[in-house]
Amino acid sequence: MSKLNELTIAEALKGLKRKEFSCVELASSYIKEMEKRRGLNAYVLETTETALEQAKASDKRYANGSERAVEGVPLGIKDLFCTKGVRTTACSKILSNFVPEYESTVTQKLLDGGAAFLGKTNMDEFAMGSSNETSCFGPVVNPWKEEEKFVPGGSSGGSAAAVAANICAGATGSDTGGSIRQPSAYCGITGIKPTYGRCSRYGMVAFASSLDQAGIFGKDVRDNAILLSVISGYDNKDATSAKAEVPNFESFLTQDVKGLKIGIPKEYRPHGLNEEISKYWDMGIEMLKARGAEVVEISLPHTKYALAAYYTVAPAEASSNLARYDGVRYGLRENGDSLDNLYINTRTKGFGREVKRRIMIGTYVLSSGYYDAYYLQAQKVRRLIKEDFINAFKKCDVILTPTAPTAAFKIGDKSMSEDPVNMYLNDIFTIPASLAGLPAMSLPIGLSSNGLPLGLQLIGKPFDEGTVLKAAHALETDVKFARK
Amino acid sequence: MKVDNETVKKIAFLSRLNVDEDFENTKNDFENILGLIEQFSEVDTKNAAPLVSVNDNNLICREDKVMEGGDAEKILSNAPAKEFGYFVVPKVVE
Amino acid sequence: MAEYIIKTKKGEWEVVCGLEVHCQIISNSKIFSGASTNFGDMPNNNVAFLDAGMPGLLPTLNEMCVKQAVKTGLGLNAKINNYSEFARKNYFYADLPLGYQISQFEYPIVGEGGITIDLDDGAAKEIGIERLHIEQDAGKSIHDIDPDKTFIDFNRAGVGLMEIVSKPDFRSPEEAGAYLYKLRSIVRYLGTCDGNMDEGSMRCDVNVSVRPFGSSEFRTRCEMKNVNSVRFVMQAIEAEAKRQVEVYENGGTIEQETRHFDPVAGVTKKMRKKEFAHDYRYFPEPDLLPLVLDDKFVENIKKEMPELPDVKKKRLIEELGLTPYDAKVICESREVADFFETAARGVDAKKVANWLIGDFFGMLNKKGLEIKNSPVKPEDLGKLVDLISKDVISGKIAKEVFEIMSETGESPEKIVEEKGLKQETDVAAINAIIDELIINHPNEAAAYKGGRNNLLGFFVGQVLKRTQGKANPAVVNKMVAEKLG
Repeated sequence: MSKLNELTIAEALKGLKRKEFSCVELASSYIKEMEKRRGLNAYVLETTETALEQAKASDKRYANGSERAVEGVPLGIKDLFCTKGVRTTACSKILSNFVPEYESTVTQKLLDGGAAFLGKTNMDEFAMGSSNETSCFGPVVNPWKEEEKFVPGGSSGGSAAAVAANICAGATGSDTGGSIRQPSAYCGITGIKPTYGRCSRYGMVAFASSLDQAGIFGKDVRDNAILLSVISGYDNKDATSAKAEVPNFESFLTQDVKGLKIGIPKEYRPHGLNEEISKYWDMGIEMLKARGAEVVEISLPHTKYALAAYYTVAPAEASSNLARYDGVRYGLRENGDSLDNLYINTRTKGFGREVKRRIMIGTYVLSSGYYDAYYLQAQKVRRLIKEDFINAFKKCDVILTPTAPTAAFKIGDKSMSEDPVNMYLNDIFTIPASLAGLPAMSLPIGLSSNGLPLGLQLIGKPFDEGTVLKAAHALETDVKFARK
Repeated sequence: MKVDNETVKKIAFLSRLNVDEDFENTKNDFENILGLIEQFSEVDTKNAAPLVSVNDNNLICREDKVMEGGDAEKILSNAPAKEFGYFVVPKVVE
Repeated sequence: MAEYIIKTKKGEWEVVCGLEVHCQIISNSKIFSGASTNFGDMPNNNVAFLDAGMPGLLPTLNEMCVKQAVKTGLGLNAKINNYSEFARKNYFYADLPLGYQISQFEYPIVGEGGITIDLDDGAAKEIGIERLHIEQDAGKSIHDIDPDKTFIDFNRAGVGLMEIVSKPDFRSPEEAGAYLYKLRSIVRYLGTCDGNMDEGSMRCDVNVSVRPFGSSEFRTRCEMKNVNSVRFVMQAIEAEAKRQVEVYENGGTIEQETRHFDPVAGVTKKMRKKEFAHDYRYFPEPDLLPLVLDDKFVENIKKEMPELPDVKKKRLIEELGLTPYDAKVICESREVADFFETAARGVDAKKVANWLIGDFFGMLNKKGLEIKNSPVKPEDLGKLVDLISKDVISGKIAKEVFEIMSETGESPEKIVEEKGLKQETDVAAINAIIDELIINHPNEAAAYKGGRNNLLGFFVGQVLKRTQGKANPAVVNKMVAEKLG
């Protein structure tokens, strides 16, 4: 029974239904492992007592046959989902004492589905980062290289590490420019960012409103499908959430990809692309081909400008979204002799360097005299990037690319810390789909020569997560990646 | 892309941040990021409409019903300073 | 119309003024949250998490606010834009919980329009409307509770506002005043805003510049924010125009700036301002999608539109024969107009207008009442006028009856009946009185016959006295004249 925490959600649900073990036993196995793995720094707040209470309640439901979709499944919750009565910080000092009086829609849906929450997971401050190093609670260690202290990726580094280390069955994440997919790849797990609007953003601490989207980390594709079905759906509390029908995503996992057209964007194979990654990408292509999928070359000509557009739009929205952290109504306050000085002192002390950087860039690109050349140009480029995808999807059903240009790097890596732009390049393959609002997922494809996981990304048409999951599931079956 | 000190200071104030302590680094990072962003200035966007909503959906309105509020305590529960049911800040001179 | 010219020793100047009026939208809940818009509750009671700027909270648009804005737009004869966008206006302030105001910028919900203003000398002028957009109100800062602290209440934060921007069409303080009265009248007719400037449900920003009289240039303007009465708006324009003229005549230049009007000193003052420059960094609100109105939505609102003051005024003049002055007074407020129209149903409308503007308003004034609390019901005012028209009571008695009506709220018929105030129409009885008078006053009767026509009044007066005013004076007049031959 000691390995309950290694089960996938699908396996666990089966076991619980057959009464092979109880929800309390399942939760306890995770809690025991959490204690052992505190060195990873994956959780910034453990809520294990509540989780056990939830597990007890779930056991009663199994006993009387009223169990729900994910009854008794212990999850990690990224610390930017507001959880009622449970401290929510977005891993920023400025929110270090904030206890919301409300629950995010995504976590509410999970609670309504019977899930238990083990705790709040570490992340880059306000989801700004690609390595989880900007968290005010310190970095997370990638479970694949615990000794050498590699990063788990970011921004949802805590969630990804927790799933990889089997200290939760699955986890929520948020993805603005790659914050689910890149850490999934770095940690050798599977993660999905659904279509923009698929899940409600209500109660998610905002980074960039037009890009932020909730998503899932799971041990495998099926777990992604199970959890995604629970958190998806229109929410009248989020005007940008979409009134699209939510299918049962698990029903797409047929492995039947015969005739499916897989697009391979030539722009994603620039000169100097990491050879190992290139090789694994080809392997993925061949695997799908072998199953009868049709591989077509496509072109996404504006890919090259995606990073520039993203690092304009996202900071612009962030500079505005983060204006509310001013020390007046909640969170950190550093007094000052005037209101302006209270603001300045609070924000200077409360925000970390990367967040400040992005606030300033965002303020700059929106300021008078620069708006047209920066913000407006970025939104136009974003339109062109979206059109690139629309054109590409006339030729294919789903797009296959690498998730990230490299494997994980070491915590404190000099080249990353010296120039923020080097860090930003980590998201070069994930950002275009974010700008176009498309569903995209990362799954492990193999290990690099130094034993670090690498991932491939599948990008789908709007609201066609089903096809993404189907192709991913077929690939996963053939890759047979050995989970940590 | 070079940015002058005055601009950095102005942007910092608009952002209500004090970057004096780390001014050179801040400026340097700022310039590097702008360098990255400016790559897109070469894109011909004459015929591209700025993207406002990625899903091309339109707004759905809400009915005019009172559904929230009525609990000042919850609103004030995280307040760093409060008195008589108000949030409190240093005297604002108008 | 009298031209408003600022004459100095050096020359003649003209004022150019535009107004931005913020109207609080009448709705149950706030524009982007489900909190109540109720005024005067305990601090921070009507506050949703969004209104306090909590993390992760998102705006949702209240349909009522959209309807009200469209209605108002139609009332301003303006173009309704089927496509509009929300935008964020970014600035830091204690009563601005999000650090930005959700407003509209590039694509407002209502475009160009215009209204007619009525000036004191009877002239009318067309004032252009630039746009109307919807946005959220800020909270309130309270400075007078503690000498060292400012207190913040977010009850008002998020209440819907319509900002109505005029073209710079005003050339005098009077025109600006007339515009505000007309605008207030329109929004009140429509039920889209209370229009109470003293309570802040209607607030005005005033933009003023001056130019040499006869010139068509637009010079740099200054803005006075939140001027809170029509009188102050007019005074602010006058004071600011005077200041600018002085600056120009002394060789100075006007800088574009926000100023504050001090009504006590009667001057405008530069506001203390720390910000480098206003840089609101407007950009499309990413939490809200574009607002697209279909034609049916607008058509349905058109169907709900009440008759507006200008149209009503015209009808009252043309169809009911009211004087332009009476029609103007009656149409200024929808409540008065409604009262009038109810009262005038089926009776002499001109007489009703006279009574309404004369005795009725006088009574309300004396009692310090608003028309909605009038003790006299409109139907009863109509009946009173009808009793006069039908010679049941005289005008003099009617005043007595009205007095009683305004004390008791009783119907005029009842009062006339109970107090026996009906006019004496018994011709025989009146004839008997006249005969008796002629006998008792032979000298006067002879003098009348001899040509002293003014003695007719003596006899009539005596008859009325004897009948305690119940006889119809016109009838008595005729009868006395006949008798005296």
